[in-house]
Amino acid sequence: MSTIAGVSKDTPTKSKNLVEMNWDPITRIVGSLGIFTKIDFDNRRVAECHSTSSIFRGYSIFMKGKDPRDAHFITSRICGICGDNHATCATYAQNMAFGIRPPAIAEWIVNLGEAAEYMFDHNIFQDNLVGVDFCEQMVKETNPKVLAKAETRLADHSNLHGYRTIADIMRALNPFTGSFYREALQVSRMTREMFCLMEGRHVHPSTLYPGGVGTVPTIQLFTDYLVRLMKYVEFMKKVVPLHDDLFDFFYEALPGYEEVGRRRVLLACWGSFNNPAVCDYTYKNMSTWGKAMYVTPGVVVDGKLVTHDLVDINLNIRILLGSSYYDEWKNAETFVKQDPLGNPIDQNHPWNQTTIPRPQKRDFGGKYTWVMSPRWLDKRTGDHLALDTGGGPIARFWATALAGIVDIGYIKATGHSVKIYLPKTVSLPEVEFEWKIPKWSNAIERDRARTYFQAYAAAAALYFCEQALAELHAGRTKTWTDFKVPESAIGCGFHEAVRGVLSHHVVIKDHKIANYHPYPPTPWNANPRDIYGTPGPYEDAVQNTPIFEENGPDKFKGIDIMRAVRSFDPCLPCGVHMYLGNGKVLDTHHSPMFGLQPNGKP
Amino acid sequence: MADAVPYGRKTQRDSPVSDVHIVWMTSGLGCDGDSVSITAATQPSIEDVILGAIPGLPKVHLHNPVLAYENGDEFLKYWYLAAEGKLNPFVLVVEGSIPNEKIKKEGYWAALGTDSKTGQPIQTNTWIDRLAPKALAVVACGTCATYGGIHAMAGNPTGAMGLADYLGWGWKSVAGLPVVNVPGCPVQPDNFMETLLYLLYQVAGLAPMIPLDDQLRPTWLFGKTVHDGCDRAGYYEQGDFAEEYGSPKCIVKLGCWGPVVNCNVPKRGWMAGIGGCPNVGGICIGCTMPGFPDKFMPFMDEPPGARVSSGAIGVYGRAIRALRSITNTTVNKEPKWRHPGAELTTGYIPRSY
Repeated sequence: MSTIAGVSKDTPTKSKNLVEMNWDPITRIVGSLGIFTKIDFDNRRVAECHSTSSIFRGYSIFMKGKDPRDAHFITSRICGICGDNHATCATYAQNMAFGIRPPAIAEWIVNLGEAAEYMFDHNIFQDNLVGVDFCEQMVKETNPKVLAKAETRLADHSNLHGYRTIADIMRALNPFTGSFYREALQVSRMTREMFCLMEGRHVHPSTLYPGGVGTVPTIQLFTDYLVRLMKYVEFMKKVVPLHDDLFDFFYEALPGYEEVGRRRVLLACWGSFNNPAVCDYTYKNMSTWGKAMYVTPGVVVDGKLVTHDLVDINLNIRILLGSSYYDEWKNAETFVKQDPLGNPIDQNHPWNQTTIPRPQKRDFGGKYTWVMSPRWLDKRTGDHLALDTGGGPIARFWATALAGIVDIGYIKATGHSVKIYLPKTVSLPEVEFEWKIPKWSNAIERDRARTYFQAYAAAAALYFCEQALAELHAGRTKTWTDFKVPESAIGCGFHEAVRGVLSHHVVIKDHKIANYHPYPPTPWNANPRDIYGTPGPYEDAVQNTPIFEENGPDKFKGIDIMRAVRSFDPCLPCGVHMYLGNGKVLDTHHSPMFGLQPNGKP
Repeated sequence: MADAVPYGRKTQRDSPVSDVHIVWMTSGLGCDGDSVSITAATQPSIEDVILGAIPGLPKVHLHNPVLAYENGDEFLKYWYLAAEGKLNPFVLVVEGSIPNEKIKKEGYWAALGTDSKTGQPIQTNTWIDRLAPKALAVVACGTCATYGGIHAMAGNPTGAMGLADYLGWGWKSVAGLPVVNVPGCPVQPDNFMETLLYLLYQVAGLAPMIPLDDQLRPTWLFGKTVHDGCDRAGYYEQGDFAEEYGSPKCIVKLGCWGPVVNCNVPKRGWMAGIGGCPNVGGICIGCTMPGFPDKFMPFMDEPPGARVSSGAIGVYGRAIRALRSITNTTVNKEPKWRHPGAELTTGYIPRSY
């Protein structure tokens, strides 16, 4: 339950029943996050939300002066659930900086490892962490009327997943005692075994290197992977319809639930799974090889694909301050004046960032966070857009669907949807799923996309497995390309961490790291108000959330807020040196009914 | 017949302690990778322990933020109860390095929860000060918590250190146990769960004092080197070394520190016997060691004196063991800047705090 911190007096509002409620820490995520809200119980809406976290480690500081070859080993330790995404992204940046191209089979091995990571991580997060928000015990405590409906609502796809009613699904999600909860936990181990086959260890890999992998490619390696993959494919044939039934039920049982966690469609995806036939890791060809990725990069604004060009994406990243515990770096060194194509690089670009921490008391009216505010400059309008990743999958699907490029037999992007084909398994026939562009960017659709992306990752892995075996059968088993660390160089890597966009920017001088800045998904999602007064995506989405919970302030659990927050798959260590930001007061544009004014900085 | 007491029940002892709590702090400077890692364990699994599938154990209540049902104060109430001495008995698990909060004037490097009086975050170190004196046993989980790890590397701005550096290496719990260190970055899943199970048995009075070495590691897990358990050691013995990554041969020339690192991963595998480090082509970067990462960097260079010819091994075996023991002693020591003093000595010069 929340802390009732007192009835707020200082916020102008028409409601007389505005109550401050705090949850610190928010559990069932990775890292420590606190949510501080004002709830308008008269109008059953969240009036205001601040989010905050509490850790600073200083990667960009202690990486300076280190050997650039160590970057992937070090940056893996940023995150304990998707560390391998960092390691992979770091090797992409190393490959560019060192001017090397790994052998094809090494790329397939990395793609198989990363696919296993998506299969593992989305699965454990969805069904062991998020799933608890939808479990019988939770729904009983927050919405007993909804549970009563669920008891009599027959599941549409019970023939596929085996649960008769929606309430049966909810019971199966009860932590530790629920059968599906335990099945998902067990499956999360099998997918980690798949991961370990390719990358050695979970979650900090041992076999990734700049130039390729140390994994020894053998018939046994790929067979051991494939048989586990097919068990996962069978599992997905049950899991996708199970989640469709559960999520559709919430729309049905609680009309208006689409508003929970909803925000404007402002989605970012930096692309995943390189195609070794096209990807040479040169900056000059980055537009071309970026578009050949098996998850297409893209920026989606109001449902339109603004760009799917990695050079364009890279050039317009801006790191802003405003409410964070750092000094500005306006007068610090400019490491990169222009990119290898001659485009100017801004002082607020990650290549030129200098991190100057200034620890201080937390002040929600001033500086209250270690997180900076990443933005993407929309050249069409001059706006610094607060893009979000929606927890990863919804942005990946949206960009991939609109770009309409991916077409690998198991997966087809149509321009408006993504089709996923799963072949026959031990007890179930072939299946084709289709993810269709949803009407909203909201909590339920973020969660639904996560399930569909598990199927996408499995289908992609089937393709990668075929490609890897083809290399092996042809006798091309060399997995690594030798290199020398240049005296000076720059590099960047773009990847999708499980929960969304990931970039690594490196500058090398005197054979050492002169500057290194990783930008993972959580800073994009969970940042504070920037110098222009634009709030971060996350608070923006939470602040718009209506309250459907049946409890009043005394027993309030904030379940709708929890569902909104967790739909973004918050991963606080991903804040790197940053700290989770905080949203500020409601933007009046989004909820005119309260007439709230921003009470912080402009 | 239905009422008959099974014969076995007469022979089984109930645990002398009915309930044990595990208070698990992930709020050091870490990545939560150790909590994630233990969800991969199967020997035993976390659900085996929680659902009572291990005979003789007390009922175990886990309070870990990654897995908890509760949020906010409902979750933190166990922290407050433990601090007041009202959660008995409990085992404290600490994950993440311990920052040095003394090196700056104000603010915090790591915190959990909010102080209701001041509205400021409660420092992780404050929680350790409150909870460690009340815990029956304190376990440092992963290399950050045991020895400082990655976040305590040269040039770090937070003055991070290991839990025993913070509490003192001679520290003992109310039950007379030293800090128990289970290093690994992250911790190998079964290594940790097996140690936790041992401690739960010990807490229940069913096992003697846990055997620890001078770095406070369980001796049965960390008594051998990576090299001792590596299935590529045969190549080493024949002086047959890999020249490039991806080769199935011994990879010491490519940066593997296996001969001087205390760790069982190549023998045990990462999970279910699968994966590992040098056994599957990944150089050992010494991630279980007190000297990690600094004494192993740059990771991809050949460790000094790591390689000898096959002939030399035969003739000078004893000398090599002696030399290795010197290196092993060096990498079993933390760098000197990991300390609880009020000065930051990592090499980073803060101008803003």
